[in-house]
Amino acid sequence: MFRLFGRKRSKDHLKERLKLVLSYDRAKLTPGKMEDLKAELLQVIGKYFPADETEYDVKLEQHGDRMVMVANLPVKG
Amino acid sequence: MNAKAIVVTSGKGGVGKTTSTANVGAALARLGEKVAVIDTDVGLRNLDVVMGLEGRVVYDLIDVFEGRCKLRQALIRDKRVDTLHLIAASQTKDKSSLSESRMQETVRLLLEEEGFDRVLIDSPAGIESGFQTAASGADGALVVVNPEVSSVRDADRIIGLLEARDVREVRLIINRLRPEMVKRGDMLEVDDVLEILGVKLIGIVPEDERILVSTNLGSPASLDDTNRAGGEFRNIARRLKGEDIPYPVLDPQSGGLLGGLRRLFGGR
Repeated sequence: MFRLFGRKRSKDHLKERLKLVLSYDRAKLTPGKMEDLKAELLQVIGKYFPADETEYDVKLEQHGDRMVMVANLPVKG
Repeated sequence: MNAKAIVVTSGKGGVGKTTSTANVGAALARLGEKVAVIDTDVGLRNLDVVMGLEGRVVYDLIDVFEGRCKLRQALIRDKRVDTLHLIAASQTKDKSSLSESRMQETVRLLLEEEGFDRVLIDSPAGIESGFQTAASGADGALVVVNPEVSSVRDADRIIGLLEARDVREVRLIINRLRPEMVKRGDMLEVDDVLEILGVKLIGIVPEDERILVSTNLGSPASLDDTNRAGGEFRNIARRLKGEDIPYPVLDPQSGGLLGGLRRLFGGR
């Protein structure tokens, strides 16, 4: 019984994987395209201010009925 | 559900579309509705054998579409419940005459001329023309899903396509749920599936050997009141008619979901 608390349940992995793959499916986007988009965005952003590339993150999120693209761009201090 | 013509679909094959069509159709007929179940899986017909009516097929859906028989001649009346009727798919004929307009016209005739209360359309697997034809005749859908990765992904795709077709009422049947695996955290639970897919639930059917046994016998489990495994299909039929039937509580320790079902029905 106790080992249940020690490991991540397989259904939690499945749920995370499904949410990710469905967000790409629904947006009709491939993970590869997303990487291209990220790189290009970073170039554009970089023209205006120095962004921290290592912390840079773009992802799709489900907000109620709609898919939303969320970009997180910490500015170098 | 207000929908009179309901497509039963899933995207992925082998998740229980045909079993669900037969059982929900039979249960609706038992509740007094005049029901037609239509197999649209041309070339891979199975609804006839699942219902035990394979020996009585003379004409099929393609014969109707190509004018070789009257609609009424292709309707096979189930002798166990005389408000239940089947239109079989063709096993061998060319399916080029399958068309959305013929499908829509057939459904219209059944509802408006032949006095049917409900038409259930068993869709083939996939998202190609067979599914599209099946969905074209429908104003509602039962999406059958198993709580595993490929079935959930395919269901999501199908739900998107149904929305694009303007099929308004989409409800989810979670089939083959295994309470002991859910308990261990090795299977998605009902709330997970609903959260991921974002559609309304209409039934939770636990994995149960007796469903297979009743299929072996060609007698849908929902027709036999003593078959508890058919109970959730009977519940789906009642919810479909607007009754507020509680969902069974998942509790493997006290005999699983079946224990919950058993208590619900006041059975043994």
